Amino acid sequence: MPDTIITNARLIDPATGLDAPGALLIRDGLIADHGAGLTAPEGAATLDAKGAILAPGLIDLRASLGEPGFEHRETIASAARAAAAGGITTLCALPDTEPALDDPALLQFIIRRGEATGSLTILPYGAATAGCQGKEMAEFGLLREAGAIAFTDGRRAIGNARAMRLALSYARGFGCFVVQHPEEPSLAAGGAATEGELASRLGLPGIPAAAEAILVARDIALVRLTRGHVHFAHVSTGAALDLIRAAKAEGLAVTCDTAPPYFDLNETAIGDYRTYAKLSPPLRREADRLAVVAALADGTIDAIASDHQPHDADDKRLPFAQAEAGGAGLATLLGVTLARFHGGDLTLIQALDLLTARPARLLGLESGRLAKGAPADLVLFDAERGWKVEAGKLPGKAQNSPFDGRALEGRVIATFKAGSRVFGG
Amino acid sequence: MPAFHQRHLLAIEGLEPPYIADMLDLAESYALLNRSGKTQRDLLKGRTLINLFFEDSTRTRTSFELAGKRLGADVINMSVSTSSVNKGETLLDTASTLNAMHCDLLVVRHAQSGAPALLSQKVDAAVINAGDGTHEHPTQALLDALTIRRRKGRIEGLIVAICGDVLHSRVARSNIHLLLTMGARVRIVGPPTLIPAEAERFGVDVFTDMRAGLDGADVVMMLRLQKERMTGGLIPSSREFFRFYGLDAEKLAVAKSDAIVMHPGPMNRGVEIDSAIADDPVRSVIGEQVEMGVACRMAVLDLLSRNLRRNT
Repeated sequence: MPDTIITNARLIDPATGLDAPGALLIRDGLIADHGAGLTAPEGAATLDAKGAILAPGLIDLRASLGEPGFEHRETIASAARAAAAGGITTLCALPDTEPALDDPALLQFIIRRGEATGSLTILPYGAATAGCQGKEMAEFGLLREAGAIAFTDGRRAIGNARAMRLALSYARGFGCFVVQHPEEPSLAAGGAATEGELASRLGLPGIPAAAEAILVARDIALVRLTRGHVHFAHVSTGAALDLIRAAKAEGLAVTCDTAPPYFDLNETAIGDYRTYAKLSPPLRREADRLAVVAALADGTIDAIASDHQPHDADDKRLPFAQAEAGGAGLATLLGVTLARFHGGDLTLIQALDLLTARPARLLGLESGRLAKGAPADLVLFDAERGWKVEAGKLPGKAQNSPFDGRALEGRVIATFKAGSRVFGG
Repeated sequence: MPAFHQRHLLAIEGLEPPYIADMLDLAESYALLNRSGKTQRDLLKGRTLINLFFEDSTRTRTSFELAGKRLGADVINMSVSTSSVNKGETLLDTASTLNAMHCDLLVVRHAQSGAPALLSQKVDAAVINAGDGTHEHPTQALLDALTIRRRKGRIEGLIVAICGDVLHSRVARSNIHLLLTMGARVRIVGPPTLIPAEAERFGVDVFTDMRAGLDGADVVMMLRLQKERMTGGLIPSSREFFRFYGLDAEKLAVAKSDAIVMHPGPMNRGVEIDSAIADDPVRSVIGEQVEMGVACRMAVLDLLSRNLRRNT
């Protein structure tokens, strides 16, 4: 492959705080060099960025893929198309598939399927318990050898305190963390919306917002007990974030992410039984949304993940309580995150840090930064270019976006995976 | 005020007072017509009304059937088995079937909140919510209001105590919206585990002590204890419930001396209401509620049919 030079770019590297005009040279799939005075070597293909932002490709900490078992919702190929269009070059896939990723061979299969896309590195989570059923611990060591990035039961909380204790403790031996869906299962059972006035009016079974803080508090106590590392996914309430903030101050190995719906939408989005806005955890009230924004700004939240949950029309065109929870999120991850930059809550570097360097550090990856010798996984985007989210016209198969109709600023121009352009003309 | 313009009747919440008053006036005229033994069979002549019930209900279905027939509609009853594997799929499959049948008025009862609203997006007919999950039951609230208005001469300023399993009650929700909209003071009374979260934000006063809740009430509205929906032991036993929240003469004594007693039926005698109260000819207006039910449903069918496109 000939060298490629991207010129006239605004280079942003959150890992180093770099934000400067310049060029970036790609050689053999790696970042060979970058800087203001860089000139094109002979024979290099040149791409004029015309002042657009060139940043590390996004690292998505949490997404469900339809494979194996739910190919009617999304295939790895279709998810990879959506990811490329969204500037995502690395994605951590949840293991609660059918069958669950509790077997080394299955994990390797998923990794290879990712490699076959040529555009997306898939880092699968291993199941924390056999079949993600919350009982017997899965084979962490063998799964780790097969490429498991960490362990989780995916969309299901590890509800049993003893099972969680053992998982945290045993995972520590392999240097891994355990990802928790922080929702106390007995309080969440049967619920469809956050408990409160709106759910009462709509006649929907509620889940108290406290279900999140209750499990977070328990697991933080278990981290003290085990010296393990817990990572809370899609944190959505101020109460849980306060606990996490305090745990971090205490020096415990506690990290967390959130997802765009929890800082861009509140519970009113479910309006007249709008099932595309039915998520898990459910959308919260405005005070919690503001608490999530504040925790993004003060660094309590370590990453923003897409929390992509593909569903087809049959899953969603149902009475609200019967509809599946979850929203498509790959194509909108960057745009909705940039809305917090445009809204003045985050700096551009902060916003990108949450999508690149910080998740990379958490996962121990070489990517996620504009460093010489790092993989040339890159996104070129225009932070000001407007577009409208339209379910039905999104890249990839899953169209169940909770942001349907939302106007966004910030559009991907091109995505590069290991130096190859995988999205953009 | 412009004429009632809604295509469907899915909820009481959001209806403005003049429309509710109009509906009640129209229903009152139908109540008189029904008592006179006359009918008005030309009004819905050539119209098809389908009763689509995903939950069993003899009372409400019969009431709509009678209302439709008295106005001259062709009435068809469809019961859809709730045991089918995927109820939601059945719901939208049914919608396309109904469109092919050119149904004009569709009366829907469903165990899921929001199901009639979903159906209304897919069918050509005017949809009337005959009870959806724990959301609303608009015609029940109308018939309750008409009964109250006939007995008390007004709704505004009355103290109405709604008692029992408010959490699972669509009747309570529709009544709360209607009565508050029409200026009544509404109390809800029940054990904390059967009160919806943040119920006070509806604008009601919440009581967990039934005697305090009934004190000075003009209307005591009892709810059916939804035993079939009672998951996870929200109350320890029906005998304990009756002891503290069942309506008996002793508890009723703290209400106004001319307070009326209502129940949407079917009653669990000895659970939420004592038989002696339910059958008291002076206090209990339960029979009149049933009568007003037919009149109110005639009024709703009449009003919605005015906004139907004329089939040619």
